[in-house]
Amino acid sequence: MTTLKDKTESAAPQARVRRKSELPTAIGFIALGLALLVLAPAVLSDFRLALLGRFVCYAIVAVGIGLAWGRGGMLTLGQGVFFGLGAYVMAMHLKLADAGADGVPDFMKLYGSGEVPGWWEPFRSPIVTVVAIVAVPALVAFGLGAAIFRRRVRGAYFAILSQALAAAFAILLVGQQATIGGTNGLNGFKSFFGFNLYDPVNKRMLFYIASATLLLMVLVVWQLYRSRYGELLIAVRDQEERVRFLGYDPANVKIVAYVVAAAMAGIAGALFVPIVGIISPASVGVVPSIAFLIGVAIGGRSTLFGPVVGAIAVAWAQTSLSESFPSFWTYFQGAMFVLVVAFLPRGFAGVGALFNRRKETA
Amino acid sequence: MNGDYLELTDVRVTFDGFVAVDGVSMTVLQGDLRFLIGPNGAGKTTLVDAITGLVAASGSATFGATQLLNQKVHKIARLGVGRTFQTASVFEELTVLQNLDIAAGAGRGPLTLLRRRSSVPEEVEEALEIIGLGDLRDKQAGVLAHGQKQWLEIGMLLVQNARVLLLDEPVAGMSAHERDETGQLLRRIGAERTVVVVEHDMDFMRSFATSVTVLHAGRVLSEGTVAEVQADPRVQEVYLGRAATTGEVRS
Ligand SMILES: Nc1ncnc2c1ncn2[C@@H]1O[C@H](COP(=O)(O)OP(=O)(O)OP(=O)(O)O)[C@@H](O)[C@H]1O
Ligand SMILES: [Mg+2]
Repeated sequence: MTTLKDKTESAAPQARVRRKSELPTAIGFIALGLALLVLAPAVLSDFRLALLGRFVCYAIVAVGIGLAWGRGGMLTLGQGVFFGLGAYVMAMHLKLADAGADGVPDFMKLYGSGEVPGWWEPFRSPIVTVVAIVAVPALVAFGLGAAIFRRRVRGAYFAILSQALAAAFAILLVGQQATIGGTNGLNGFKSFFGFNLYDPVNKRMLFYIASATLLLMVLVVWQLYRSRYGELLIAVRDQEERVRFLGYDPANVKIVAYVVAAAMAGIAGALFVPIVGIISPASVGVVPSIAFLIGVAIGGRSTLFGPVVGAIAVAWAQTSLSESFPSFWTYFQGAMFVLVVAFLPRGFAGVGALFNRRKETA
Repeated sequence: MNGDYLELTDVRVTFDGFVAVDGVSMTVLQGDLRFLIGPNGAGKTTLVDAITGLVAASGSATFGATQLLNQKVHKIARLGVGRTFQTASVFEELTVLQNLDIAAGAGRGPLTLLRRRSSVPEEVEEALEIIGLGDLRDKQAGVLAHGQKQWLEIGMLLVQNARVLLLDEPVAGMSAHERDETGQLLRRIGAERTVVVVEHDMDFMRSFATSVTVLHAGRVLSEGTVAEVQADPRVQEVYLGRAATTGEVRS
């Protein structure tokens, strides 16, 4: 029997593609799904559930950062821009919908000319809005990526550039009091695609939508990671110049990951708006852009679940710790970030691997 | 296969006024195992850099009818010109198989890229065989021995379908046994390709070169068979009369 088996195996060496087992990933995914869709709604109060919904939005951004930074080596310090684009598109639609057909949003009557600017009009359409939530950040990222990566801007220069963009974006928004709410941002939404936002049932529904979206985004990057593209992205991250000599243009490889990450941030921003009830420049500038990154670093940037778990854990810790020790949190967060970057480049997801290696060598 | 050859005419590379390659002309035929030797700083690596698009150059470098100079790096690679580097550069976090698969895939469309590898491409399987790393296919490239990394790089050139192979010191740091294996490997793959080997190892050169070009201060000093080049008094002078006959040039 054994010899026969050996023979058949060696007769067809071509077809064999040895793969790492995907069972642990599948189990992890199911666990995440159960925790979000079953456990959390069962044990959390409406208030806490809405809070978790907000963290889930951060986690969606984190999944994209994991792809662009963890796998693609692009230190995206300005995801607030794409988060903000998605969020403002959604917020504009909600304001217009609240104002009714041909109506004028309340803040425009207060600060503006009392007329809706032409560029707001397309967002009266729910379909245009949903498309724009993905398309606007993706197109902006494509344009930026094409300009940045083709000029071979990378490393710290890329990080500083993306951070500067986030700062500029926030400043731009602050200056537009009459058309986009300025520092106050857009808030006071009453309904979400026809659903009353004051109804607790609808608030729970928003949590489910956000969680399902997060799970979908995890599936998207999972497929990217296990595809040939995922391998190529790692190659570009580690040896960009070498990849060029194999006949690829690394800029294209990076643009794909950057655009996907931007689209995810945009979707997260759009979900954030009805869940939190406000979007303002304070949520899209430099500080939130860095905050997005911290959870990813702590959770493990190159792993599939690290960014998700890290983002939710850090946001949760921030909320509970800053309630009791407001000034302490900032230091704690900074110290945590430094420690992880210095000693745990793979984040806490790397701790397990560290133990395994110890065991093997022992 | 076809009779395409690599032809350099008056190739010149200047860095801020410093002339690193000073009008090099040479022709390398298919099936020829050409060794490019010369003291440190002679301009060997810079010449390879110029042909592969890494530095700007004047003059002409053609393969077939195609001009290579001053094209984009990845375009030149797609024209069938492959190279290795003085320090082995493989993708350390990826497996041997993944390294080869990436090298084989520059022409893949988006749909293929976004899917998993369902089977090992034939050329990858062949290359694994040729470079003798079949049993290590699922090992991370980072854990390979130095010599194995160099072989992997050569394998990547094979699956990349390079017609011109420019190898920058492929046997540096290898054991005598590994050098010998590498030489045999180059002979096998060189029969139907155009191969240029930059080397300092004179024993290795004597064993495997079919022709030699000596570069000195950016110029071609001498060219011919191993015996002809060794007999050339100018070459002996450059190597101070000792290195060319006693093996390793570098200290
Ligand atoms: N990017 C650069 N800028 C300025 N000078 C350079 C550059 N690259 C190489 N050079 C110079 O050009 C000359 C040729 O260098 P090259 O690396 O081609 O020599 P080589 O023949 O490969 O030497 P080795 O045997 O040490 O590898 C050297 O003097 C080197 O200092
Ligand atoms: Mg050199």
